[in-house]
Amino acid sequence: MTNDAVLALVIVTGLSFDFTNGFHDTANAMATSIATKALGPRTAVGLSAVLNLVGAFLSLSVAATIANGLVSTGLVTLTVVFAGLAGAIVWNLITWLFGIPSSSSHALIGGVVGATLAAAGSHAVKWQGLVSKVIIPAVLSPFIAALVATVGTYLVYRVADSMREGSRRHGFRIGQVGSASLVSLAHGTNDAQKTMGIITLALITNGTLAAGATTPLWVIVLCALSIAGGTYAGGWRVIRTLGRGLVEIEPPQGFAAESSSAAVILLSTHFGYSLSTTQVATGSILGCGLGKKGARVRWNVAGRMGVAWIITLPSAGLMGAISYFIAHGVGGTAGVVVDLALLIAISATTYWRSRRTRVNRKNVNSEWTGTVAPSGAGVTP
Amino acid sequence: MSGWIDLRAVWEIVVVGLLAGAGLPAIFAIGLRALGTPGKGHVNVCDDELVGGSRAGIAIAVACFAIVLAAIACGIYIIVISGHGVK
Repeated sequence: MTNDAVLALVIVTGLSFDFTNGFHDTANAMATSIATKALGPRTAVGLSAVLNLVGAFLSLSVAATIANGLVSTGLVTLTVVFAGLAGAIVWNLITWLFGIPSSSSHALIGGVVGATLAAAGSHAVKWQGLVSKVIIPAVLSPFIAALVATVGTYLVYRVADSMREGSRRHGFRIGQVGSASLVSLAHGTNDAQKTMGIITLALITNGTLAAGATTPLWVIVLCALSIAGGTYAGGWRVIRTLGRGLVEIEPPQGFAAESSSAAVILLSTHFGYSLSTTQVATGSILGCGLGKKGARVRWNVAGRMGVAWIITLPSAGLMGAISYFIAHGVGGTAGVVVDLALLIAISATTYWRSRRTRVNRKNVNSEWTGTVAPSGAGVTP
Repeated sequence: MSGWIDLRAVWEIVVVGLLAGAGLPAIFAIGLRALGTPGKGHVNVCDDELVGGSRAGIAIAVACFAIVLAAIACGIYIIVISGHGVK
């Protein structure tokens, strides 16, 4: 019975992570469209939410990688999965507070691997799976996305240079609605599945499912709903950094960046690579700045993101490990409950801090003045 | 698929990524430009008007947009088919 209680807690925590994943990543699909005013902020997050929901049902390749390819299912306990999720949520919330588009996927994988290391040692981690399906795609994907977006932006401007200014803006804004929708769909196919994979892992650990089993339908439905809900809530802070902070974006650039992101994410889903949609989107946005003559890329913002990327896996891993030691130290179901209480406390504190410098749909597009919160929104965190 | 790095997959992602992620936007741009080409008797086309009025232009535009839509549909179809274990 106690195991079932812990399992329920793991599932609820998993769905909470999926929610943070949604609002952290709305920016990946919609930041450029909101920045170029191709879509109103509310419409953008609504559309993205619906398409994430649909995308979650399209494929299960990535869920299979996460559930069976990263850690030895035989050596992992429910407490480990719970601790990993808690670590991932904490890291996601901290980066969100600072408006850093860090990878939710790496937070999740880092958290779970960290907790596994703490609990069972290094032999419980399938290093080869981790490197070939997570680390290598993580290193390569932003560069591939940037390359594709640079070429795309260059070609688009070559072709569209002679068009009337107004007609070009109008036409590519319509194109952006399509390309941004595809990114949302792609996000659903890749990111929603990560939580499905973790919950499947928990079910396998608990013996509810056999090792190597595929994700049950009810898990798909719940995960799809959570990520869509999170997306609809809208992570305005990250949207602002990506849409306004990195490059000043015109509609043809936004269109090229989104097309590149959609193509790279969908292809990776196809190969079962759990890549970071965040890093792909950031790479694409940098690329669309590089591909257009005279566009200005804010390299200091890009550098800050680069640092966040490098530290996300180890930091989330550390959070996962700490959270495991706490749960393990207290022991049993009580340990998990203590962890949960800490998690809720940290979440509430982060939310309260974010209220002091609010970024919402009204000020998300204000002029970039070097900080996440536009001037007038209060002190920076 | 048992190595540490699957070079074939990386290569495929780069090539197909370029074709779909950069090629399709270029085709869309060609379509938009053709669509906006002014036709005979359409001297004063409004600045943000998309349709210029040239018949040939409209035909090219329709063809371009059709290629883009077909490619997207095809891509999603492949993902769905392969993503549920049907190879």
